[in-house]
Amino acid sequence: MPDLLLELRSEEIPARMQRKAAGDLKAMVTGGLVEAGLTYEGAREHWTPRRLVLDVRGVTARSKDVREEIKGPPVKAPEQAVNGFLRKAGLTSTEALEVRTDPKKGAFYVAVIERPGRPADEIVAEMMPGIIRAFPWPKSMRWGRASAPKGTPFYGEEARGSESLRWVRPLQSILCTFGPETEEPTVVDFAVDGVRAGNVTYGHRFHAPEAITVRRFDDYVAKLEAARVIVDAERRKRIILDDARNLAFAAGLELVEDEALVEEVAGLVEWPVVLMGSFEEAFLDIPPEVVRLTIRANQKCFVTRPRGEAERLSNRFVITANVEARDGGAEIAQGNGRVVRARLSDAVHFWTTDQADLPDLDRLTQAAARFDLDLSKPLDQRMARLAHLNVTFHARLGTQGARVARIARLAEALAPAVGADAARARRAAVLAKADLQTEVVGEFPELQGAMGRKYAALQGEDARVAAAIEAHYRPLGPSDRVPDEPVSVAVALADKLDMLTGFWAIDEKPTGSKDPYALRRAALGVIRIVVENGVRLALLDAWHRTWLEHARQTFDASIHDLFDTVQRLGTALRPANLAAVLDEIGESVETEIRDRAPEIAETLAQREADLLAFFHDRLKVYLRDRGARHDLIDAVLASGEAGGAATANDDLLMIVRRVEALGALLDSPDGQNLLAGTKRAANILAAEEKKGTAVAGRVDPALFASDEERALHDSLEEAEHFAGEAIAAEDFERALGFLAALRQPIDAFFDAVLVNADDAAVRGNRLALLARIRSATGRVADFSRIAG
Amino acid sequence: MNAGLPAHMHPSRSFQGLILTLHGYWAERGCVILQPYDMEVGAGTFHPATTLRALGPRPWNAAYVQPSRRPKDGRYGENPNRLQHYYQYQVILKPNPPNLQELYLGSLEAIGIDPLTHDLRFVEDDWESPTLGAWGLGWECWCDGMEVSQFTYFQQVCGFECAPVSGELTYGLERLAMYVQGVDNVYDLNFNGLEGAQRVSYGDVFLQAEQEYSRYNFELADTAPLFRHFEDAERECTALLDAGAPAAEGGLHRCVLPAYDQCIKASHVFNLLDARGVISVTERQSYILRVRNLARRCGEAYLQTEAGGAGARSAA
Repeated sequence: MPDLLLELRSEEIPARMQRKAAGDLKAMVTGGLVEAGLTYEGAREHWTPRRLVLDVRGVTARSKDVREEIKGPPVKAPEQAVNGFLRKAGLTSTEALEVRTDPKKGAFYVAVIERPGRPADEIVAEMMPGIIRAFPWPKSMRWGRASAPKGTPFYGEEARGSESLRWVRPLQSILCTFGPETEEPTVVDFAVDGVRAGNVTYGHRFHAPEAITVRRFDDYVAKLEAARVIVDAERRKRIILDDARNLAFAAGLELVEDEALVEEVAGLVEWPVVLMGSFEEAFLDIPPEVVRLTIRANQKCFVTRPRGEAERLSNRFVITANVEARDGGAEIAQGNGRVVRARLSDAVHFWTTDQADLPDLDRLTQAAARFDLDLSKPLDQRMARLAHLNVTFHARLGTQGARVARIARLAEALAPAVGADAARARRAAVLAKADLQTEVVGEFPELQGAMGRKYAALQGEDARVAAAIEAHYRPLGPSDRVPDEPVSVAVALADKLDMLTGFWAIDEKPTGSKDPYALRRAALGVIRIVVENGVRLALLDAWHRTWLEHARQTFDASIHDLFDTVQRLGTALRPANLAAVLDEIGESVETEIRDRAPEIAETLAQREADLLAFFHDRLKVYLRDRGARHDLIDAVLASGEAGGAATANDDLLMIVRRVEALGALLDSPDGQNLLAGTKRAANILAAEEKKGTAVAGRVDPALFASDEERALHDSLEEAEHFAGEAIAAEDFERALGFLAALRQPIDAFFDAVLVNADDAAVRGNRLALLARIRSATGRVADFSRIAG
Repeated sequence: MNAGLPAHMHPSRSFQGLILTLHGYWAERGCVILQPYDMEVGAGTFHPATTLRALGPRPWNAAYVQPSRRPKDGRYGENPNRLQHYYQYQVILKPNPPNLQELYLGSLEAIGIDPLTHDLRFVEDDWESPTLGAWGLGWECWCDGMEVSQFTYFQQVCGFECAPVSGELTYGLERLAMYVQGVDNVYDLNFNGLEGAQRVSYGDVFLQAEQEYSRYNFELADTAPLFRHFEDAERECTALLDAGAPAAEGGLHRCVLPAYDQCIKASHVFNLLDARGVISVTERQSYILRVRNLARRCGEAYLQTEAGGAGARSAA
C-alpha cells in the first residue's frame, strides 16, 4: 500500500509552536483522508525549526465507489418541491431521476447518485491547499509581493492582498510524494499561493544548502541526515541530553537537568552540537537560582554543578550550537562566555543593588510607619516603596500596600490557631511581598518569595520569618509541598483567604476554564494546609473582617460608617445580626444608609455563602482524589445544611474527620445495619410526612405499648447523650460508635412494632421516635444521601 | 567584504569600517543609503524612511544609521554594555524579497562573521511598538548566543495593515562591533581603525557625552517645561494635520512630514519624562495612547499622499 510524505519548509518556526503544529498537521491530513473514504495504517509527525513533516503509511490507493439512493417527493408533487429535491441532490432536471412506485406513495422520484472512487493522490492534492490556508497557528503573517494589494501598478499578478497566504513565517517549499514502496513515488501536484509541491528539499542552512531530491520517508530522513538535519525531534533531544551529560561528566561535573529547556533547545537546532563554556568563579557568589535563570533565559544554556553537590553550581555551562564549527567550536564557546559574563554582571548589579539603600528614603517614612518598617533595612525599604508607589494589585481590589496590610492583620489573627507567634506572623506578612520591588524579581518574576527569603535572612530576620516569605505562596499546585512551620502556615492562609474573599466580594469568580487569578488553586491550597497540618479553622469567623475590608472597596464611600460600626462590634454583616448592628448605629447615621443596609447584608451573606460552597466543591474534588466516597462527602455536608448556622460546615478539618469516621463506620456490619435502619426510619417518616400524618413534637414515654419501643427510646437517650459529648469533643469515630449501638434496638423495633397503629396518638408518638433516629444520626451526616 | 576599503577599515578593526561595509553591502543590493534623521528618536524605526515608507503600496529599499536615544539606559559611562545614546543600522526592504534571510546572513559574512565558524540563529521575537501602533513577526538574530540584530516582517504600522509587508533589519552596531573587534567594553572599541597616537576609541568620542546626558536624563532635565513640550508637540501635530488635510474628498494631503516630526518629538519627550520617574503607572498608559493616536493620524494622512500611494491607486 502506498505511503504519503509531506514536508512544509519555512523560515524558522518559534520553538514553542513546533510540536503542536506538527500534531495539528497530522490530525488535519489524516482526518481529511478518512473523511474522503481512505484508510491508513499509521501516521507520524516530525518537526525541526524549519520543517513540519508528516509520514503516513499504508494509505489506500483509491477511495471506494459509492452508490447512494435518495428518495424524493411523489411525481405528482408541486413543482417547487421537485425543484427543491433536485437542488438537494445536486441535479438539474427530472430526467436524471428514476421513478419508482410503491403501494402507499404511488409513483415517486429517486435520485441515484454514483460517485466513482478517486485516486488517493488526487484527494490529497485537493485537500492540502485548504489545510495549509486554514492552519491554526497561534500567530501568523503575510509576506513579500503577494501581500501587496491587488490592482496596484507595481507587482502585477503576484499581488494578492488579503487573499495571500498566512503562515507562521514565510513558507518556502512544499514536498509531497505518494506511492507504494515497490514503485517510484509520484509528486502530489498542488500549489498554494505560488508555492508548488515537488520532491525537493534543502539541507542544513549552512552545511548543505543545496537542493535534495527525495522519494519517500526513508531516503528523506537519510538524505537529510547526510545534509546535517535530524528530522526526529525526540532524537535531537536525546542527543542534546546525552552529550550534555557526558560533557559535564568528563569535566567532573553533573548537568542541572531542565526538561523544558531541552525541549526548547531541540526546537532551535537542526543539527545539535553540544559545547562547554565558562565564566569567572566570582559570579558564583550570587544565588544559584539567579545564575541558572540568567543563563537559561538569555542564552538557552544549561548550568552544571560539581558532582555530588546539591545546590552549588560550577562555573561551566553547556551550549547547544546548530553547527559543526571549523574550529571545533572554540569561537562559539568563547562568544557565549562573553555574553554570559555580561549578563551575569547585570545579575550581580541587581543582587547588590537590592541589598543597598534606596535613594530618596525620606519619601518613604510615611509608608514605613504604616507597617512598622525599619528603614535601615533593605527589604523594609522595598516594602515601604511598594506601599508608597501605590502599585495596583487589581483595579477593583486596591493597592498592594492595602493588600499587605490586610494579610498582616489576618496572619496575626490566625497565628494563635496555628500555633504561631503573632508578632512573627505579622512581620513575615509585612515583608512577604517586599521582594516584588527588588531588581532580581523584576528580572525573574518566578523568583518571587525565594529572593525575599534570601534578602530577609541577609538582613537578620528570624529564620521562621524568612522561611515564611518564601513558603507563603505554597502550595503552588496539587503536588507542591504544603508549608508546615506555623508562621508560614499563618501567612500562607492569610494570603490565600484574602485573595479569595476579595475576588468573591467583587463577584469575580472562576468560570469554566477561565481562572486567571488561580483562585481554584488558592482554595485547594487552603484545604491542603488546613487538612494536612490538622488546623482547626472556622472559615466564617476567620475571614469576616477581611470580607468587611473588601466590601469597603465594593460599596461606595457613604457606607463606610456602617462598616466602621460593624468592625467595632467585631462581627460580620449578615442578615442575622443586622438588627443588632443597626441598633448600635443608632440615629446618628443617615437614613439612606440604614435603608440600604439590609440589601448590603444580603449581598455579602450571599457572596460569602457562595465562597463557602466553592470551598465545599474544592474539598469534594480533593477528597475524591484521595479515594473518599462521593456520597459520604455529600452526606456530611448535607448534615450541616440541616443543622443551620451552628454547624455551617465551615471547618474543613472537621468535615474531613466526619467523612473519615463515617467511612470507617460503614465498613462494619453494625454500620451497614444502622444505615439500613436509619434509612427505613427516614423513608417511613418521609412517606407519612408527605401524607400529612401527624407526627408528635416530642416522644411521650407514657404512650409506649411495647418493650421494644421503650428499649429504643432508652438507647436513643443514651446514644444521643454520649454521641453528643463525643461530637462536642470532636471525636466523630466515638460518636458514631455510640450511634452504631442503636442498630440492635432499631432492628428489634422494626421486627416487633407496627408504626402505623390505629390509635393516632400512638402512631404520632412512634413516628416521633423515628424522627429521633434521623436527627441523632443527622448530627454527623445525612444518612439518606448515602448509597446502599 | 567591500574590496574598496583599506585594511585598517576592516570591521574587525574599526567601528566606522563596520558602518561603511554595511553601506557598501546594502548599496550594492539597490538600497537608497540615507543619513540619520535629524531628530531625537528611540530607535531607527521612527525615521520616516521606515515608519511612513512602510505604508502604502510603493516599493522602497533604504539603509541608514540612526542614532538612538534611550534616556533610561544611561549608566553615567560606567557600564560596559549600556548606553543612553547608541547607533542602530537600519535596513528596510519593501516588499521583503523572498531571500531576505540569505541577504541578511550575507551582510554578516561581509563584516567577517563566517557562518561555519560561528553559531547563527533565528530565535523567535515578535516586535511591537505600542507608541507607533506597530507590530510584526520575526526573530532576534543570535551570533554565538548574542543578539546582534532584530529581523521583522512588518504587519502593521501606525495602526494600518502593511500591504505589501516590509522586511526590517536592525543591527545593534556597538554590540556587533564589540563582537567582531573582540572587546568587552564598548568604550574600548576602535573607532577609526588606526593605532598608536592616531587611534580614536569609542570612549574618546562618546564617554563624556554619556556621563553628561546620564546626569541630564536622571537628575537635571526640568520636568515642568518637558510636560509643556509634550502638550505643544501634540497640539502642533494635530494642527498641521488639519491644515494640510485634502481640500476635497480623494485629494492629496499636503502636510504629513512636518506633523510626523511633532509626533516623534512627543514620543522622545515622553521617554525623558519616563526616565525622570515622574510618570505614574496609570499615566504611562495614557501617554503611550496619546502618542499612538498621533502616529495613527500621521499614517492615515500619509496614505493620502503621493508617496503613500494615493496617486498610484487612482491610476490603477
